[in-house]
Amino acid sequence: MSAMTESFATAFRLIVHADPALVRTVALSLAVSGSACLCAAAFGLGSGAWLAVARFPGQRAVLLSLDTLLALPSVVVGLVVYLLLSRSGPLGSLGILFTPTAMVIAQTILVLPIVAALARQVVADALREGGDQLRSMGAGAFASALLMLLHERWAVATLMLIAFGRAIAEVGAVMIVGGNIDGVTRVMTTTIALETSKGDLPLALALGIVLLVAIALINVAIVLFRTGGGSLAVETR
Amino acid sequence: MSTEPLAASLIVLRDASVTFGAVAAVRKATMRVRERDFIAIVGANGSGKTSLLRLLHGVVAHTGSRFVPRPSVVQAMVFQRPFLLRLSVLNNVRIALWLADRHVSASGREARAIQALERVGLGALRHRQARSLSGGEQQRLALARGWAVRPDILFLDEPTASLDPSAKKDVESLLAGFAAEGMTLVMSTHNLGQAKRLARRVVFMDEGRIDVDLPTADFFAAGTPGRAGLFLKGELSWSLDG
Repeated sequence: MSAMTESFATAFRLIVHADPALVRTVALSLAVSGSACLCAAAFGLGSGAWLAVARFPGQRAVLLSLDTLLALPSVVVGLVVYLLLSRSGPLGSLGILFTPTAMVIAQTILVLPIVAALARQVVADALREGGDQLRSMGAGAFASALLMLLHERWAVATLMLIAFGRAIAEVGAVMIVGGNIDGVTRVMTTTIALETSKGDLPLALALGIVLLVAIALINVAIVLFRTGGGSLAVETR
Repeated sequence: MSTEPLAASLIVLRDASVTFGAVAAVRKATMRVRERDFIAIVGANGSGKTSLLRLLHGVVAHTGSRFVPRPSVVQAMVFQRPFLLRLSVLNNVRIALWLADRHVSASGREARAIQALERVGLGALRHRQARSLSGGEQQRLALARGWAVRPDILFLDEPTASLDPSAKKDVESLLAGFAAEGMTLVMSTHNLGQAKRLARRVVFMDEGRIDVDLPTADFFAAGTPGRAGLFLKGELSWSLDG
């Protein structure tokens, strides 16, 4: 049996038997990235909608900066958050460096520009189609933008999936601010990096498979919800 | 401009103009919309019908005067291609009611939305997705959305332009019903038969100007003056500007 085949077989066994270390790592990854996406949604969707309708001096510069931040390197985010949260940093007194909270903060910063920039684009496109008519019904600019988020909720779900994919797949920021402490801050990507460097490919591979399956399942759930019960999300009865 | 008291008017335009860049869409329009009017704005493509409608509705920047004598005149507008949110039929009407008046209770909005949908014959379809309706049903939903807010004036921008004859007949019948209930209606249309069937007054637009403003019977009587007469005979070439 080749090393590749053996790795797959071991990975399969780990998944089927719900290996405790694997489960713990996957659960922490999902919790950290899920929390980061919720935080990014709370700030990013509203600010993206606002940016789609707001007119202010320097707006072009803000939009340009936002687009630039789409390609924000995760290690840079990790470094900045590390400096802020380290003992000598301005937020060092919080004592949250090398905790899952620090990892949530880093990932939130990483995906916030994605959520805000894509939400702005989604809302701006929708307003081009129906903004006049909503305003004719008495909607203010921001109310129109928020209604368009509801109107385009499937596009919003897709952009949140993109954000989640970016968060759960990144390794640089969580490695720096989490420290990859076993049982505390070790997530899927940092485990994959560590186990690969140690030569323990089966666990790394198992985690890689779980990572792919997790994202695929979320995608399938969105598609099923969209095609099967699209009206449920907003239907009142 | 007549000397009748302003109180009888819902909207008064005096020398109001609308321009889009270098294009003058409406030039020095002067007219009144009175209570219980049913006005058809007619004219060739590009003559400024829709711009005049939007000017009357107050949703377009203008120069000159647009005056609303009464303190609160509720207005609604139905567009040629209504924008419907990707929600149920009922929720589209509910949201229109919420936007028009935030003080109405949720139960009050529900009751009024259902009443409006029943009024246009869509009561049974209220839980359907709005965007899955046919073109005629979508236009009836737009009418329900407009009617539900109990407007003093309902503006209609070519409401039957993209409908088949059967759906067109349904919409015309609803509009005639609204007018019979006392609602003021202002409609742009390029369908002269529709204007003749429904309106009490016809405003003819030509190159952004209000060329003729007459009671319907007078407008369609033989000998209508100027370019309106040519338009009625089908001899007025289409203008693509304005």
